[in-house]
Amino acid sequence: MSETADRVKKIVVEHLGVEAEKVTEDASFIDDLGADSLDIVELVMAFEEEFGVEIPDDAAEKIATVKDAIDYIDSKQ
Amino acid sequence: MFDLSGMTALVTGASGGIGSAIARALAAQGATLALSGSNEEKLKAFAAELGGDHKILVCNLSDPAAVDALVGQAVEALGGKIDILVNNAGITRDNLILRMKDEEWSDVISVNLEAAFRLARAAAKPMMKARFGRIISITSVVGVTGNPGQANYAASKAGIIGMSKSLGQELASRGITVNCVAPGFIRSAMTDALNDAQKSAILTRIPAGDLGAGEDIGAAVVYLASREAGYVTGQTLHVNGGMAMI
Repeated sequence: MSETADRVKKIVVEHLGVEAEKVTEDASFIDDLGADSLDIVELVMAFEEEFGVEIPDDAAEKIATVKDAIDYIDSKQ
Repeated sequence: MFDLSGMTALVTGASGGIGSAIARALAAQGATLALSGSNEEKLKAFAAELGGDHKILVCNLSDPAAVDALVGQAVEALGGKIDILVNNAGITRDNLILRMKDEEWSDVISVNLEAAFRLARAAAKPMMKARFGRIISITSVVGVTGNPGQANYAASKAGIIGMSKSLGQELASRGITVNCVAPGFIRSAMTDALNDAQKSAILTRIPAGDLGAGEDIGAAVVYLASREAGYVTGQTLHVNGGMAMI
């Protein structure tokens, strides 16, 4: 597992208060992890802070799963 | 009840009549304040009068970049957090619609409504992280009733009410409440300048038979800022001696 994936999963666990085992790469934030739209905004803000990247609105809208987030961040690093 | 010890607040327009009464009321309940305004001398004098460990932040609310930076400056000055934002600053540029210039419209919308939006947006971020926040905006009875000669002012104040209702719904799940206080006629330098005939004409419209005081507004803000008001959001608390019951 990549370092990015570890850090992304840690943030998801902290923000959504879900068990680490549930945060698989295929997990959808909304359907599988119980996030609402405000949670997504908070997660995106947390990713931006953690990785020092800017995630514009049109990119953020496409981030539906844990893998989407990891891939986007890796592509900007 | 209504103890604000350990809480921090940013108050805009803090050296004005109503703003200083709000600041005094919040400070009296134990909050530490960042007092913002456009006139540094007046702010300094007021902060000195208030005593305590309050900070002053000079800001021109018609400058978007300065407004965007204000919450960050307040968080820094207040030791890393902002629990309460009071959007109090406001201006008037009264004119009848046929005579109202573009700038009279845009200046009022910019300072009264857009600055409130920018400050709320900036404050929502640290408040969301803290899972606690109180955003309180001072609107006006005329934002609900309208008033001839104040199309710009009434629009800006009605805008604040609609914005607060939307933000209240967006942020409720994070422990953040968003409310308004709508003063009626409050005793001020402006009302002191009225002659007796003008005063009595106004008083016939106020069932309480008297103008309000800044302290009446301060008390309403303290309530909405308190932990006890945590289940109240998206509301407008009218403080007007009964002149409009909405």
